[in-house]
Amino acid sequence: MSVDIDTVKRVARLARIAVTEEEAGRMTGELNTILGFVEQLGEVNVEGVEPMTSVIPMAMRKRQDGVTDGGKAADIVANAPATEDNFFLVPKVVE
Amino acid sequence: MTNLTHLTIAEARKKLRAKEISALELTDAYLGAIDAANETFNAYVAVTHDKAREMAKASDARLAGGQGGELEGIPLGIKDLFATEGVHTQAASHVLDGFKPRYESTVTANLWADGAVMLGKLNMDEFAMGSSNETSYYGPVKNPWRARGSNVDLVPGGSSGGSAAAVSAFLCAGATATDTGGSIRQPAAFTGTVGIKPTYGRCSRWGTVAFASSLDQAGPITRDVRDAAIMLKSMASVDLKDTTSVDLPVPDYEAALGQSVKGMKIGIPKEYRIDGMPDEIEALWQKGIAWLKDAGAQIVDISLPHTKYALPAYYIVAPAEASSNLARYDGVRYGLRVPGKDIIDMYEKTRAEGFGREVKRRIMIGTYVLSAGYYDAYYVQAQKVRTLIKKDFEDVFADGVDAILTPATPSAAFGIADQDMAADPVKMYLNDIFTVTVNMAGLPGIAVPAGLDGKGLPLGLQLIGRPFEEETLFRASHVIEQAAGRFQPEKWW
Repeated sequence: MSVDIDTVKRVARLARIAVTEEEAGRMTGELNTILGFVEQLGEVNVEGVEPMTSVIPMAMRKRQDGVTDGGKAADIVANAPATEDNFFLVPKVVE
Repeated sequence: MTNLTHLTIAEARKKLRAKEISALELTDAYLGAIDAANETFNAYVAVTHDKAREMAKASDARLAGGQGGELEGIPLGIKDLFATEGVHTQAASHVLDGFKPRYESTVTANLWADGAVMLGKLNMDEFAMGSSNETSYYGPVKNPWRARGSNVDLVPGGSSGGSAAAVSAFLCAGATATDTGGSIRQPAAFTGTVGIKPTYGRCSRWGTVAFASSLDQAGPITRDVRDAAIMLKSMASVDLKDTTSVDLPVPDYEAALGQSVKGMKIGIPKEYRIDGMPDEIEALWQKGIAWLKDAGAQIVDISLPHTKYALPAYYIVAPAEASSNLARYDGVRYGLRVPGKDIIDMYEKTRAEGFGREVKRRIMIGTYVLSAGYYDAYYVQAQKVRTLIKKDFEDVFADGVDAILTPATPSAAFGIADQDMAADPVKMYLNDIFTVTVNMAGLPGIAVPAGLDGKGLPLGLQLIGRPFEEETLFRASHVIEQAAGRFQPEKWW
């Protein structure tokens, strides 16, 4: 399978990365090189093989559903580019 | 007076406990070395002079009182991927500009609890994506090694290039590193240092910036095998904050050193003899086989038939996980924000400016293979192949093989800005061809220096072990180290 420039632009949109026409063109070539390389996986017979979900056989660890942490609003917003009263500020999303 | 920065962790530990040297003296020696050489190597992206001296003084107080942990007063460098409270933590990316976490990663917290001193944060490929340390927002790191009679700058490997260069150039006693496809072992091999990636689940991933969560593992890069054993013991732990942390006690890895390898069964996989591999790598591999044989190990030929599919499967699984993990860099919660006309425009501009080329490339591949219509053909297929790769290893271990010996890399260190690799991303990816299988199967692997090539550059061998049998690797790699000797670059800086 290979991608064309329109697919690359669509994927960039999905990934929320702005690309110029020139970058999209360059990425098309790079992505096709990588997709060409991974193509060989198609030749492996995987009939009856389960996809890997965990390299180490272990049950997911669970804990009691209780409050173990909190009261750290100031710490949580400390690194944000824009905040007010311990809220993250973003451009207006609702008119 | 011996050169303090040339002491191994084990030697420094002894002198500190005997009060022949102080932690402050040792720390100042390293800070001086960093101040003199970091402009040349670009190994550190942040040096924490004040914090280092403060920690060293506290260590001296504990040592004076006859207390002190296993790493009391030992100055370490920390890869920029580990969250360090109040200190530069940016995964060498522009998108994390100014990020100073309000918490400490479990791995670094373990090291500080054992008395280690932090010298600063080490350069790396952006988000650990790279094999040459050239994708860093902070620019490339130089390898302290140069070919004989040459002044061409070489890469230290990656992604833990800053860690490997700093250890090799005596700018820290040891360093933390991480390995998703070879990022500890390949730079260790390129710099004549020792690097171990433990079994998946041995070191907590809590507070380590995520790249590919099912593959990422932390480990040390050090100047010899003993130091790697000392550091890993401290870094490893059982951590309730990481659901994939495995509930097994951490053994005393150092105790495995010097134990005999008599009767140990070492597998030599024929699939690792690849086309175009330099004769020197083959010769090195044969030397390793001979050393282990001489020490009483039994050498057996084995087959790991799905080896060639590990790298292509990795380049689906790792970018897929990365595209998901890196979705959090949106200009809202931390780091860089580039204003836009609406929120989507702000996301897109922030990520376009904040991520470098290689990171964007991998996010794009990951987004594509996970997108509707391609998920089964790429992602599910790759995860099935991964099951087969792991089964290859399980089969040979079931046949009684204790460890597997391979070359660590298909070549020695290459030049900075290598034209071939810049033109073709897959060429760069092939650096990890011998190491990536280990991550795909979650196994422990160690790279140990074993010799120099014809140009005088270090080459390493890799030993792969059964899950949670790191002690076997320390035992066998110590035999190789004893036979091969240790390697250090000639000082030109």
